[in-house]
Amino acid sequence: MQEHDMSWVRTEMTLAQPAPPGERGAYAWVRKNLVASVGDTILTILGIAIVAWILPQVINWAFINAQWTGPDRTVCATVSQGGIQPDGWTGACWAFVNAKFGQFMFGTYHIEERWRPILVAVLFVVLLVPMLIPRVPRKGLNAILLFLVLPVVAHFLLVGGVFGLPHVETSRWGGLLVTLSLSFVGMAVSLPLGIALALGRRSQMPIVKWLCVVFIETVRGIPLITVLFFASVMLPLFLPEGVTFDKYLRALIGVSLFAAAYMAEVVRGGLQAIPKGQYEGADSLGLGYWQKMGLIVLPQALKLVIPGIVNTFIGMFKDTSLVLIISMFDLLGVVKQNFSDPNWATPQTPKSGLIFAAFVFWLFCFGMSRYSMYTERRLDTGYKR
Amino acid sequence: MKHIALGMFGAAALGLMASAASAGTLDTVKQKGFIQCGVSTGLAGFSAPDDKGDWKGIDADFCRAVAAAVFGDGSKVKFTPLSAKERFTALQSGEIDILSRNTTWTSNRDSALGLDFVGVTYYDGQGFMINAKKLPGVNSALQLSGAAVCVQSGTTTELNLADYFKKNKMEYNPVVFEKLEEVNAAYDSGRCDAYTTDQSGLYGIRLTLSSPADHVVLPEIISKEPLGPAVRQGDDQWAHIARWTYFALLNAEEAGITQANVDEMKTSTDPNIQRLLGTEPDGKYGADLGLSNDWVVNIIKAVGNYGEMFERNVGAGSPLKIARGINALWTKGGLQYGPPVR
Repeated sequence: MQEHDMSWVRTEMTLAQPAPPGERGAYAWVRKNLVASVGDTILTILGIAIVAWILPQVINWAFINAQWTGPDRTVCATVSQGGIQPDGWTGACWAFVNAKFGQFMFGTYHIEERWRPILVAVLFVVLLVPMLIPRVPRKGLNAILLFLVLPVVAHFLLVGGVFGLPHVETSRWGGLLVTLSLSFVGMAVSLPLGIALALGRRSQMPIVKWLCVVFIETVRGIPLITVLFFASVMLPLFLPEGVTFDKYLRALIGVSLFAAAYMAEVVRGGLQAIPKGQYEGADSLGLGYWQKMGLIVLPQALKLVIPGIVNTFIGMFKDTSLVLIISMFDLLGVVKQNFSDPNWATPQTPKSGLIFAAFVFWLFCFGMSRYSMYTERRLDTGYKR
Repeated sequence: MKHIALGMFGAAALGLMASAASAGTLDTVKQKGFIQCGVSTGLAGFSAPDDKGDWKGIDADFCRAVAAAVFGDGSKVKFTPLSAKERFTALQSGEIDILSRNTTWTSNRDSALGLDFVGVTYYDGQGFMINAKKLPGVNSALQLSGAAVCVQSGTTTELNLADYFKKNKMEYNPVVFEKLEEVNAAYDSGRCDAYTTDQSGLYGIRLTLSSPADHVVLPEIISKEPLGPAVRQGDDQWAHIARWTYFALLNAEEAGITQANVDEMKTSTDPNIQRLLGTEPDGKYGADLGLSNDWVVNIIKAVGNYGEMFERNVGAGSPLKIARGINALWTKGGLQYGPPVR
């Protein structure tokens, strides 16, 4: 038997050593990410140069030189433009946004009645937040309050005409109020309707199937602008004189049906991704159609298409700006409309107004997108790669 | 004024259905207690929302004047902002009672669209603006040969421009954009030598330029754009009320009746003023129109006379600072002429 000299063999494991100094810390990060090669170095220098060139200007314009309050255009105009700023001054005119803030939020909703949309907004947030946080119990009650009770309450509060509340015509609604109410109703209607349409399209029943196919394909085949335009320009001519069909309602119906058609196709994509075995498994357990769909197929399918659903929601949120076609003023519309106020006409006004509108839109869209990512992670029980 | 080509599309259809207009707008208006007034979606000096969201401008004030004539209260008016495409349908369908939306009076609109124009509350026309620093010595549009001209696409403005340069055998280089903001930005950055649109618009645009003082509006007007309110055809009484509200505004200015002195003027012994203000012992000029006899007093108390309306909204009292020009009274060399109330 051969003898081994074990004296040079380690008997215990070496402890893990930290990476060499060149491979860790800020230095390594910079070396790996910024200056790994000649090309990278050039790009890095270029990038830093661009940021260093733009950022001070942006900060200067948006914060340091910006005018935050003021009575009219003079605070945002230079002396040669008829204002009080030194010649050559440029800066954001937040004073314009400040002065018009009420309009940007509520349109021309009567000022003394604006507590009503504010109350609706508070109720909405109070009901929505627990709905979004998974840990909070009583989801069923919460959903009933949010999707069934709140719209009714909001309708009476916003429109008025009952309980001693003065009536406010929807033509006075505007700004964020229109953007949010249109998108909320659109989302709340389009998801269930879209699911129903998607199931209908895959149904065995020929009439149901074809009705759904015709609806989806027709709606998806027409631009939203066309429908809104038709509803506002042609429809009134076919109605008896004096009969006016509320513009806001037209927009609401148009946006909801459109979103539903798109949603139907998104959901159908999810349904198709569920393996046939799942359907057959459900059948073999003796589940009926609604049980099969409600308990087995839809929970999996909807989970798969969360990004698609949120995509449609975000798209719809931004599409609400199209109601400008029928002279309803959503946030963007109100902002643009106010550019025409001669009391605020300066070179800085349009930029400031549009940046404000963009910021508000971004805030909401970014919020939706982050929440969808959170939901995806939370529901990511299978298909994990 | 704009988008005539698009408007034409609906013109035929509208004309056919225009017959539905019924008499009795005055009664319906009195019944509902307010006038529904169609305005623009925002045009400086004509109809634009102020900080509180109230509509300000000549067009908005004209509706207030009609409301004052009917109800004795200029605030009994509700505004409907309308896009250029919607405006005629809205009037036809009865959604609005009066269209006061910087609309050019043309034969086609007056006849085929079933509208009845009331008068010309603002004589506008297409003009040119240039940067006087960049083009020193240019004081007429006829010197613009070879110039790059900024213009918004798809409007009659573009066609008028082509006609004008062709007629005068001049060359030009159109710089065309679809959005108004883009045209403004291009002109301000110096991409064009001249900017053309309606003159009233040029004054509004000048406010948004980085050095407004350098820019001058040239005197030439190359198209006629008489802007005025319109009502539905077929309701003569309502058309009379709107038309005479406009004439009353002019007559009040001519007689020197202002918002401030209207109550003093009621004691005037000038028969013209007495007839106008309804203080003549047995005059019933207001009643003949279906209004109260002090209708003019109400109008003037609500919005002032035409001159006051003009100065407050587009003239010296506004940031636009448009000169009266051809919109002055006929007694001062302008075109505004109010037939007598008698």
